[in-house]
Order: sequence, then structure tokens, then C-alpha cells
Amino acid sequence: MKMKNSTLAGWGIIALFLISGCSPKGSDEKSSPFSSDVASKVYVAPGQHDEFYAFLSGGFSGQMSVYGLPSGRLLKVIPVFSLDAEKGYGFNEETKPLLQTSYGFIPWDDAHHPELSQTEGIPDGRWIFINGNNTPRVARIDLSTFETVEIIELPNSGGNHSSPFTTENTEYVVAGTRFSVPVPQKDVAVESYKENFKGALSFISCDPVTGKMDVAFQVLLPAFNYDLAHSGKGASHGWTFFTCYNAEESNTLLEANASQFDKDFIAAVNWKKAEEYVKGGKAHDFPTSFYHNIYDDNAHMATSEQIKSVKVLIPAECPGLVYYLPTPKSPHGVDVDPTGEYIVGAGKLSADMSVHSFTKMLKAIEDKAFEKEIQGIPVLNYDAILAGVVKSGGLGPLHTEFDANGNAYTTFFISSEIVKWKVGTWEVIDRSPCYYSVGHLMIPGGDSRKPFGKYMLAMNKITKDRYLPTGPEMNQSAQLYDISGDKIQLLLDFPTVGEPHYGQGIPADLIKPKSKQFFNLAENTHPYVTKSEDQTKVVREGNVVRVYMTTIRSHFAPDNIEGFQVGDKVYFHVTNLEQDWDVPHGFGIMGATNAELLIMPGQTETLLWEPKSEGVFPFYCTDFCSALHQEMQGYARVSKKGSDLKLKWWTGSAK
Amino acid sequence: MKNIPRISMVLAATVMVLVFFFPIWRITLIAPQYPTGITMYIWINQITGETTGTLQNINILNHYVGMQMIVPDSIPELQYFKFIIGAVMLLGLFAAIMNKKWIYLAWMILVIVLGILAVYDFYLWEYDYGHNLSPTAPIKVPGMAYQPPLFGKKLLLNFEAYSYPFWGSLFIGISIIFAFFAFWFKRPKDVQYEK
Ligand SMILES: [Cu+2]
Repeated sequence: MKMKNSTLAGWGIIALFLISGCSPKGSDEKSSPFSSDVASKVYVAPGQHDEFYAFLSGGFSGQMSVYGLPSGRLLKVIPVFSLDAEKGYGFNEETKPLLQTSYGFIPWDDAHHPELSQTEGIPDGRWIFINGNNTPRVARIDLSTFETVEIIELPNSGGNHSSPFTTENTEYVVAGTRFSVPVPQKDVAVESYKENFKGALSFISCDPVTGKMDVAFQVLLPAFNYDLAHSGKGASHGWTFFTCYNAEESNTLLEANASQFDKDFIAAVNWKKAEEYVKGGKAHDFPTSFYHNIYDDNAHMATSEQIKSVKVLIPAECPGLVYYLPTPKSPHGVDVDPTGEYIVGAGKLSADMSVHSFTKMLKAIEDKAFEKEIQGIPVLNYDAILAGVVKSGGLGPLHTEFDANGNAYTTFFISSEIVKWKVGTWEVIDRSPCYYSVGHLMIPGGDSRKPFGKYMLAMNKITKDRYLPTGPEMNQSAQLYDISGDKIQLLLDFPTVGEPHYGQGIPADLIKPKSKQFFNLAENTHPYVTKSEDQTKVVREGNVVRVYMTTIRSHFAPDNIEGFQVGDKVYFHVTNLEQDWDVPHGFGIMGATNAELLIMPGQTETLLWEPKSEGVFPFYCTDFCSALHQEMQGYARVSKKGSDLKLKWWTGSAK
Repeated sequence: MKNIPRISMVLAATVMVLVFFFPIWRITLIAPQYPTGITMYIWINQITGETTGTLQNINILNHYVGMQMIVPDSIPELQYFKFIIGAVMLLGLFAAIMNKKWIYLAWMILVIVLGILAVYDFYLWEYDYGHNLSPTAPIKVPGMAYQPPLFGKKLLLNFEAYSYPFWGSLFIGISIIFAFFAFWFKRPKDVQYEK
């Protein structure tokens, strides 16, 4: 493969040489068909693979979508905080526990920010996290299976927005609350906001081997809105920065009331210090209730655990834990440059961006250059920590990412553009329009210590006339830019799934070799697994009937079952015996009130079927598995309640 | 110099042990749905595939045209071949002790004859798998047989089948060459020479 590529590149160079040699304006690069042909930059030939994976949040779809870049090919939609009838996610018995919360089964959420796990500040391609904003949760997706494997709920939170940004070695995934709420929850007047409400920042620890999450501790802050976050890197490793708006602590008509102060804040949390305080016994054990759900890849099922207490640190009792960095006009993004020195706050109601210096911040703390204190949290002197101001000429900066050459790229929602500027000199170098009203942008590795660069993806909020119209509701739009040259070059437009709020990109080589092809049947530990056809059976336990069923090209075993009764709860535990890449089998049965099963090779999944009337009902394979897929079917006979017809099952010839 | 025949014979006998560690034959099937192919390895005592699922995958594909399942445990040759190889190795060492020109020749011929018999046996199995088809097969193509090639490449419906010897066979070849050296360099009347 490598050789093929280099040979192709070789021919390309020769061709380029020939063409530029023949052209009268051969020296002018712009006129060369290869440099100006945008189409060739996004063309990935049939059968070839993209250079990068891009993970885009689905926003209100609760999912995450996976694209290839530069082609913009949609590779997969991963259900996370959502139901997916196609995969049976949230419908089959195995994945239902993933969506359990302290409020019950919640099959929807608003998923905003994907974040790749990192090692030494560089995306490592092991897991990707995503937040659920509405019922505060964080999910972990395993990138060997591209499946949701863990969801943890967050106590004392009310809108998990500044989440799930990781620290350099994924020690923590953070989760700051967007809405402050009474902590603990209680029935109080909304008007008592300033007195009763708090903003909790959660630090979720992540096991370095298994990835298993755990709410390690929370930091309880004043009742501001905590919007976005990023952790320090390099010198600033050990700190996490959260933007806040509504320092006014208003609880009504926020569009005006929360936009009054000249400056809001970035909260700088020293989490290494927090660890010391927790170890030193400074944390309070707050009684609460939240769910922790884990999916086991060998058992092929999720289990839920309810947790009843959480460790909480109060900044007033923990000096040096939190500082506020004054930042103009309701900052949205807080982005740390690859060196870890500069902290960029994007004041979304202003034209300019304030960049804080980490070195100056430490100095200000040492010099006690404080403007004031808020509930025991020192507010640092703005001028003492300011590194510079980017005079952008745009309006409404939201979010910044970085390339590998010391440049920063900031989105401007109101002026609908991306502005490229130089880190350190703060001068604007280039700008490019977005169609329309860009929210976040993504550069592969652009929020890490090692931006991979090359491409930039704008995730736009307004689509209007960009594509063929599809009625009032349209897909959101993404735009791909080439940022390898001096000028930003627009390459491609493509519609996206849901409403992407943020994305992550990573070279394909960091994920591709680890991608699982099928599950090893021998390692299947599902409690209702059937590992061969001669072990298939049907067992009645009262009105619960369990069918131990297998699939293999191209039949079910058993495929004829008699002896079900009206009112039974029938669990079809279907094991796919295949051990080959891309041979799933499906299972659909007439009258099922949930969905289908789509069972990967080596996997066991369970569908609950509750027959309501007598009759004989077909079931069949829903995935075109083979030439005889259309023959892959069976019948389930349902008799009246109390019938003395015994359970009977067979495949091929009756038992 | 005079030890060359004996050393060659010892090498001929011992190199054969490698047959226990490498497959002797490889069959690869390539179809549009299997761009990288499905590869099956035949050893003296087992049949394996590239993955744990390979044999099952081949059996699934074969059952559509009514071929029998390949069940290694039910192939007797895979049970007793290892003993034959062991016996031949012992005979080889015995030959080295005897250090007689005619014994070297006899051992070499024995290995060649056994090799030919093994390949013929392999051919018979292939013939049986390819021709002895279930009358209730879902796919029946009149006049079609699915016998894979013994050596080379052949089109079987949508599959291109490739069959070639693998490392194990090469080691048997090397063993034969060593035995030939032993035979060639051994002087017929050593006793006179030593005087
Ligand atoms: Cu099927």
C-alpha cells in the first residue's frame, strides 16, 4: 500500500512537472491545475481511505457521527444518549442499562462536545468522551468497537456543558455545570438564586488501563454559568480552566441581565491541589444519588450501579484551589495553546479576545495581585495576567484551535467567519467566511499539545441555501478548509447529522489498526449465550420464556418454536455464531413493540417479545447476510393462556 | 571430511522436526467479498486458518454447494501422520549410526515414496470433498465439482482457489537433499579407505 502511494505520488510529481513545463505560465503556481484544483484535494479514490477520522457531536440527536476527512464521507453514527432502532441500541436488554439515570430511563440527551483521550497531551485514539447536557452525564466510547461503553451521571449539576475536556494523560475528564442549581436539590424560591444556588465542577477520574470513570470530586463554586473548559498542558498541566458567564447571578431574562458586567471570568482550578485537599480529608461527603452504567465487551451487556455520595471541595476552605481570571463579555470558549502558556478567552459579545498568560497568572497569585474575592475565591488583576488582545475586526468570537505552526484560528458567530492570527504577536493574518454562523471549529489535534493540522472543519449553525432544500428543517452544515498554506482555502461543504457543537480529529493510523473485526465467541461471557447449535433450547420459568437461539448463514436455530402463550414475556437471547468480519445477523419478530436486534459476530443480544394474541408469527433475519438471507426465517406459535401445549422447538426436522 | 555423510544424515533426520512447527500446504480462496482471501493451512496433525473462525467460514461457504464439513478430528491421517514422521526420523538417526551408503539411499527413497503417497492421499481427500456433494444443497450447478487444485490455481464458481506447498514441505525437501548428500559423499568401501 505504502509503495503504491509513493508510486502514485511519483507519477503525480512527474505529471506536474510535465504540465508546468508545457504551460506558458509554468512558474506561476496558481495556474497549475494541481494547486488550484480544490476537487483533487478532497478526492479520495474508490477503495482508498481517508487520512483523518473526524468525530462530530450530534447535539440534540444525542449521537456522535464519524466522518472521514478530507472526503467528508459519513462512516458511522454512534448512538450515545439516544435510541437507535437500527442497532437495537436502547431497545435490546443489553444496552437499556446504559441509559439509566437517577430519574429513570432517559433515552435522549443533548450531546455537545466530543473529546479524545490523550496521552502526554496528544490524542491517543483509545476512547472518545461526550457530554450529555440536559440530564448531566458523560459517556465514553471505545474506539476499537466505536460503541458506547460507559455513561456516568453527574450529581449536583444542572446542564453539563463545560464538558468533557480531558487532562494531559486523561487523568480527569471535567464536567462543569452550565446551570447553577440548589445543592443539594430542594424546593426553594427561584428568587433565592444568589443565596441557594451553586455551580458544581466535577472531576471524573479515568482508569489509565480500562478507562473506567468515577466522579473523583466536585468543586462547589458561586452560582455562575460554567460554559466551556480546557485543561492546561505542558507548564500549565495540573490546571483546568472554565469560562463563566452570568457573573451577575441573574435568574431571569439572562439575555439582558447576564450581559451587564464588563467582564465575567475564567475559573482556573488547580486540580493537583484539589487532589491534595481530598487526600488531606478536606472534602465533604455530600449525600446524593447518581447512576454509573458500564458495558462489558465480553458479557456484551451493560450493568447499572447507583452511587449515593460524592466528595465536594468548598474553595473558601481550600486556599489556592480556584482563582478567577477576569475576561471580557461573557466568554464562551477557553482554549489553551499547544505550549500551555496562553489561555484564550473568547468574549462572545465582543470583537476582541483576551489572551491570558499562565506565567503571569502564577506571578499574580504569588504577588497576591487580587482585585477582590468572591466567596473566598481571589479574582486576579486583569492587567497583571493579560498577555495580549487580539483585535480581530470580527464580531462574536466563540472558539479557538491551533495549528502546528504557531497560528490560532477563531470562529466568529456573528460576523460568520474564521480569523487566523499569530500566537504571541496577536496580529491577524487571514480570514475566511463561513456559511453560515459558525459555532465551533475543529483542527485534528487542534486542542492538544501536538496539532496534526492540515485541515480545519467549521461546524455551522445556519444552513439556508447551501444544499437542495428539504422543507423547513434542514441538516446543519460543515465546511472543510485547507490550512496547510498561508491562506485559508475552502475545500468542501457537507451536511451533518444532528447539530454538531464540536468535533475532534485524529490521523486514521492511530485508530484503524485497532478496529475490531468481530467478537471472539470463545470469550463471550453473556449469561444467556449459546455457543453452538446443539445447545439451543427454550426454557419456561412461569410466564417468562427464554429462547437460547443461534444464527449462522443462513438459518436460525431453533427456527420453529411452539408452546408460547398469550401474556408470556419471551426473551430471545440470540447469539451470532459467525466468526467473520462484517457478517452481522438481524432478528425481527412480528408485533414486537421495541425494535430489531443487530447482532455482531460472536455477540449475544436479547429482544423482549410479549405476544398479545394467539397465532403463528414469523421472525426473520433483517441484515442481508448471504445469498440465502431471504430464506433465513422462522415461526413462533402462540397458544391461549394456560394451554397445555408443551414447548417444542426444532430446526430442519421436528424433535 | 569423512564425517560429512554422517553429519548430513543427522541433519536430514533432525530438519524433519520442523514439519511439526510449520504447515505443509496452503490453500487460499479469493472472491469479491473476500478481497484479502480466506487462507487455510494444512499441517501434518491439524488444519488451521488465519483466524480462529477461518475453518467455520470455509465450512459455511462450502455448505451452500453441499460440500461436507471439514472436521479435522475426523480425518485419521491427522492423527497418525505425526507417528510416521517420528518413525522416519528415528530411522534416519539409525541410518547415521550404521553409516552405510545403501542405507542412506534406502532412507531417501523411503521419504520420497512416503511424500508421494501423502500427496496422493491429499488428492483423494480433495476429490472426495469436491465431488461427494449433498443432494439437498441449496446451490446445485449441474456437472460442477468443487475439487480444489492440488498445485496451482483454479476457478470454483465465484472463488479463485490457490493451492501450494508451504514451509513444512520445503523442510522435507531439504531433508531429502541432506540424505542425498549423505549418500553421494559416502564412499562405498570405507574400510579399505581407512587402511
Ligand atoms: Cu442472516
